[in-house]
Amino acid sequence: MGALPIIDHPDASREFVTNKARSHWHDEALWFVRSKRDKQAHSVPEWEYLREQASEVKTHTIANLDRYLVEFEKNATAMGATVHWASDAADHNRIVHQILKDHGTLRIVKSKSMLTEECGLNHYLEDNGIEVVDTDLGERIVQLRHETPSHIVLPAIHIKKEEVGETFHTHLGTDKGASDPQYLTEAARGHLRGKFLSGEIGITGVNFGIADTGGIVVCTNEGNADLGVSLPRVHIACMGIEKLLPRHQDLAIFTRLLARSATGQPITSYTSHFHGPRDANSELHIVLVDNGRSKLRESETFRHALHCIRCGACMNTCPVYRRSGGHSYRTTVPGPIGSVLSPARDSKAHKSLPYACSLCGSCTDVCPVKIPLHHQLLAWRKELVGQDRMPKSKTVPMKAASYLFQHPKLFALAGKAGRTALRWLPHFATHNRLNKWTIARELPLPPKESFRDWYRKNRG
Amino acid sequence: MATTESRQAILDRLTSRVVDANPLPTIDPSRLTTFEDPIAKFAEMLAFVGGEAHQVDRIEEVREILSKNPVFADATRIASVVPAAIQGNVDASQVDDPHALSSLDWVIARGEFMVAENGAIWVDGSTLPHRVMLFIPQYLAIVVSRNEIVSNMHEAYQRIGTPKPGFGVFVSGPSKTADIEQSLVLGAHGCRKLQVFLVP
Repeated sequence: MGALPIIDHPDASREFVTNKARSHWHDEALWFVRSKRDKQAHSVPEWEYLREQASEVKTHTIANLDRYLVEFEKNATAMGATVHWASDAADHNRIVHQILKDHGTLRIVKSKSMLTEECGLNHYLEDNGIEVVDTDLGERIVQLRHETPSHIVLPAIHIKKEEVGETFHTHLGTDKGASDPQYLTEAARGHLRGKFLSGEIGITGVNFGIADTGGIVVCTNEGNADLGVSLPRVHIACMGIEKLLPRHQDLAIFTRLLARSATGQPITSYTSHFHGPRDANSELHIVLVDNGRSKLRESETFRHALHCIRCGACMNTCPVYRRSGGHSYRTTVPGPIGSVLSPARDSKAHKSLPYACSLCGSCTDVCPVKIPLHHQLLAWRKELVGQDRMPKSKTVPMKAASYLFQHPKLFALAGKAGRTALRWLPHFATHNRLNKWTIARELPLPPKESFRDWYRKNRG
Repeated sequence: MATTESRQAILDRLTSRVVDANPLPTIDPSRLTTFEDPIAKFAEMLAFVGGEAHQVDRIEEVREILSKNPVFADATRIASVVPAAIQGNVDASQVDDPHALSSLDWVIARGEFMVAENGAIWVDGSTLPHRVMLFIPQYLAIVVSRNEIVSNMHEAYQRIGTPKPGFGVFVSGPSKTADIEQSLVLGAHGCRKLQVFLVP
């Protein structure tokens, strides 16, 4: 894919944030999901134990990834699957397209996969004359609106039901003005049934690959992945190399954590295990994709980000994500984990993302695989300053502050000036468009004396 | 790049950087929650995820209970792999192309065992002539022996053992979505309802 334009998160989020009603509505919707997650996590007494186990399994797997990938390939092949390897997104797209060409396929049905989104597969295939139908309801809504998912688990979380109604009225012929979710879902069910029945090949992502059995696991609530690959004879499964687990039994840990963390369900409605193709006349192709993952593994600091199982818990809890919306990150994976992963791919294009964070630490607390997310975001800031990627608006005030802190007398003087000014300055002098901080805030009333003065008087 | 070259390139990158890590951990079973009355927990969790559990003493009761359901009474195309419970009128084993099953109203499938902690039932794909039978009908019923139950997912995977080539799925509740403003709607693409019959 070509180089992305450099977009600052504050600029990209302006429209969403300044629409107060929408920002608040979005915040509430995600907080609802976060609350459901809390309830589920608290219902499992061994929750923290499971997180530790998950983290240990992942740390071990990523360290020995070469060995487990080869083992997976061997066992998957023995089960009758064909394993492909893709270095990058372009490689991945070419491999998938070649399989479609080999079968003369013009129509595919696809279940949700952030990996194919990351690789830009839909556009690539459409440019090559293939009809791509996203079958996850949220993704279908987004696809019909020519948008991208704004959340990795809830792709259409940013869209209101009235807007879905308009989209479906235009594309599926539903009643004008209809906004009842039940009615709209029913319409999508009917529409997508036809697409499922005419799909020539089914494409899915992979939630977990299992090295010691060569199997793959796909989790959905809608059953769209299963329906999509149980009708046609060919199933293509696209899998990031970090999705591997060493042992079949490890699935117990991860299936317990995934849905509880994602949507607050005890498990997804369907947790499907595929070991080889459906029958002797069918094919299962598994495409293993690197696309920067092996490079990220080389980093001592950011390696743990490869633990991610894409549950979305970090976004649901993030106060910045909840208010600024997923599109403001301009990345396939938004939110805290996206802000760690994206600069690793291109630190110039995504340099503002580690700053779209208040360092509140909530993401780290909810992460089921214990990625130290807010520590990593802080580490990124250090890295970016080292790379000289910061704008003057950030580096100059920092240097000034550093000078001030190194000169106690100057600091005392500045403090005094500040306390006096805050008391006497007229409101318009502090509250104007030059001071963004005061857009929605009042300044505090300063104390009459500084701590230094008080200490000299009482304890000195 | 050809897939063999990519394979080598990926493995080279991974092996060129040696990363130390502890060996794989082993789960301590004494740390895991088990249930004194797993059947009651299962029924509670199944209800939570939108399914219905029915305890029956005789397998014939499956038909009696379903017959009271107007949607079942009106169903015209029923496929069953548990003939002792319901004798279907579509013989899926005679169907070559799974697309031909698109008009199924009801499927009666067999579950191998249940998981108490999340209301899931393990269905072995080899018990069905076509695995799409789990996903394509409007309604799904699963018959499972009430003696076949485990408390948690760790026991579940232990019970499955080493998988053979094929397909298996944990089904927990009907097909559902909340993609439109987080409103839960049952029956997204798969079954609109899930009935589970716990037989002796």
